[in-house]
Amino acid sequence: MTEKLLTGNQAVAQAVKNSRVGVVSAYPITPSTPVVEEIAGMVESGEMNARLILVESEHSAMSACIGASLGGARAFTATSSHGLAYMHEMLHYAVNARTPVVMAVANRAIGPGWNIWADLSDSMSQRDTGWIQIYCESNQEIYDSIAMAYRVAEHEDVLLPAMVCYDGFVLSHTSMPVKLDDLSEFLDEYEAAWRVDFDNPSTHGNITPPDYFMDLRREVSRSHERALKIMDRVEREFFETFSRKTPLIAEHYRLDDADTAIVAAGAVSSEAKIAVDNLRRNGIKVGLFRIRCFRPFPVRHTIRALDGVEKIYVFDRSVSIGSEGQMFQEVKSAFYGLSSPPEIYGCVVGLGGRDVTSMVFEKTVMGEIEPGWIGEVIV
Amino acid sequence: MKLSEIPAEEYLLEGNSACHGCGSSMALRTVLKALGKRTVLVVPASCTSVYQGMYPGSAIAVPVVNSAFACSSAVASGLKASLEHQGIDANVVVWAGDGGTYDIGLQALSGAAERNEDILYICYNNEMYSNTGIQRSSATPFGAWTTTTVSGKKEHRKDVAELMMAHGIPYVATASAGYLDDLYRKVRKAKRIEGFRYIEILTPCPPGWRYSMERTVEVAKLAVETGMWILYEYEHGVLRLTGVSRAIAAGKKKMKDVQEYLLLQGRFSHLSSAEIQEIRKYIAERWKKFADVRGGEHAVAAEFFV
Ligand SMILES: Cc1ncc(C[n+]2csc(CCOP(=O)(O)OP(=O)(O)O)c2C)c(N)n1
Ligand code: SF4
Repeated sequence: MTEKLLTGNQAVAQAVKNSRVGVVSAYPITPSTPVVEEIAGMVESGEMNARLILVESEHSAMSACIGASLGGARAFTATSSHGLAYMHEMLHYAVNARTPVVMAVANRAIGPGWNIWADLSDSMSQRDTGWIQIYCESNQEIYDSIAMAYRVAEHEDVLLPAMVCYDGFVLSHTSMPVKLDDLSEFLDEYEAAWRVDFDNPSTHGNITPPDYFMDLRREVSRSHERALKIMDRVEREFFETFSRKTPLIAEHYRLDDADTAIVAAGAVSSEAKIAVDNLRRNGIKVGLFRIRCFRPFPVRHTIRALDGVEKIYVFDRSVSIGSEGQMFQEVKSAFYGLSSPPEIYGCVVGLGGRDVTSMVFEKTVMGEIEPGWIGEVIV
Repeated sequence: MKLSEIPAEEYLLEGNSACHGCGSSMALRTVLKALGKRTVLVVPASCTSVYQGMYPGSAIAVPVVNSAFACSSAVASGLKASLEHQGIDANVVVWAGDGGTYDIGLQALSGAAERNEDILYICYNNEMYSNTGIQRSSATPFGAWTTTTVSGKKEHRKDVAELMMAHGIPYVATASAGYLDDLYRKVRKAKRIEGFRYIEILTPCPPGWRYSMERTVEVAKLAVETGMWILYEYEHGVLRLTGVSRAIAAGKKKMKDVQEYLLLQGRFSHLSSAEIQEIRKYIAERWKKFADVRGGEHAVAAEFFV
């Protein structure tokens, strides 16, 4: 095992190579572009044995991945923002087609005005497509998550595509030490569920009448439920293989005796941890529940982790316009109908790359800032 | 070639739900015979999504991947790369309508052609969107009625086969459901060529073109005989007219007046004589262009009804 200083995008490319991906198809967009550049370099030099299809759009990139996956290869793409939005039709398609494509999403705002900076709204607004969504806090976690995502996505009880999301620039372009474990110890070669078979030809995706379609959708939905169980297992096996703990569903940070909890996902969680440490030093019993897996949403994990907490502050680096932050909606809904639920507050922070500091979390928990849209950068 | 040379195996099975007299299904039956068993068909949204039959059945006896409307070329690119990566040899073939080719699928088609993906792209051109109930496409000819061009289309059609030639791909051909032997031969040839290949087949559609279903072959032949549809092959930068189009160009066969073709079809029944004249002019200009651009020998002998 080697350890290298890598940007988030480089960590993705290394993980893709070490996951023995067979077909990569992608289209450039800031801040995920370097992923494709890195992979192109490795394919050209022969360091990576894969077919690279440099298509003319993200819609085609996802389409090519779906075709590749149906043909029996492990497939990968990377994108951000407008690119992800442009794929929307095919995101739905990949789910019903049951193609376990893995995609890296370097999260970025969607314009206009053009904004290339961190904002989780791009992937959050794809939450209903049926993709598994995993959010990362560090570049090590990005490397680990790609392989973990394939393990979950390709599992016969799941067979769903998965996106590994990480804040643009904050992670995508920032170097951190990354342990490049040999992923072949953890991830087998891909065995496709549907294969092109000339002796027993079958048709994929033809007209599916009401007699069957709702059942198809129910199966997709049940696969999401099963995915949480598989994730538990994959998380454990990852630890057993590499002796490193990488949470896959959620991380509990100093939550044990907490009466107040912060809920967050992605890179802002690092600032939240600093806030928790500072507040703890002042005797405030606060902890962080960091969501790794947003789809499927881990309802039971959330309730269990936050059991006994009196106040919850949910920080979304995204917003469902006309409503609230998406995690805020989910956390509230998780507690719905329980007796004496905690008070739950939602905060929208850091849109379009606005800086999110530890002070935002501290001051909100201390009651010095009103929850809601927190626009000021507090240093 | 003799019809007896065409294999007896059927890959488009009885029980498919194409309309009686469907030019597209006649052509697909022939195409699949020419390609044989080791073929994967990628089909975007179109009439073929429907007439292949509903889940859990299928009337196509080779593996089929149904794609979204815009992306058959991209799905086929991924599929081919995937099979190649695993060392599996197969014909990866797109079977798309003119809507999926000329309009929404054009960007992905152009991308795959420019990358010279090793796939065969076949456009069956029924000159409109039939799946959604006969709306105009950019392949709809001038004057034709559709539900979105109720008084007749005001513009001439564009020509994606020419656009494919401009991409410099190894093989481009046109065909007609009226000459299935010619289609068979062109598909066999395309099958042997490596790289991106494009074949466009004119496939009349009785409900869309408004003629009675037993006349499909007659209509498809008349399109060629009147010069409305030109049969050719383009290989290694050389264009060669084929079949009846070649005979017309060589002066061995007289080009029929287009009115004969138009009169057969209800979609043209409202045309004024000025509009018919406009179509004659279009035919003449197109033939002249083929002659000029492609080096003379062919179109000069054709007789035009201007
Ligand atoms: C993105 C998208 N837009 C619209 C449609 C609706 N639609 C399905 S098939 C079709 C027309 C197909 O026309 P063509 O490609 O010419 O094939 P044909 O129906 O004539 O066989 C349309 C508009 C769709 N399926 N997807
Ligand atoms: S509508 Fe036209 S193209 Fe569609 S199945 Fe019927 S005849 Fe064929």
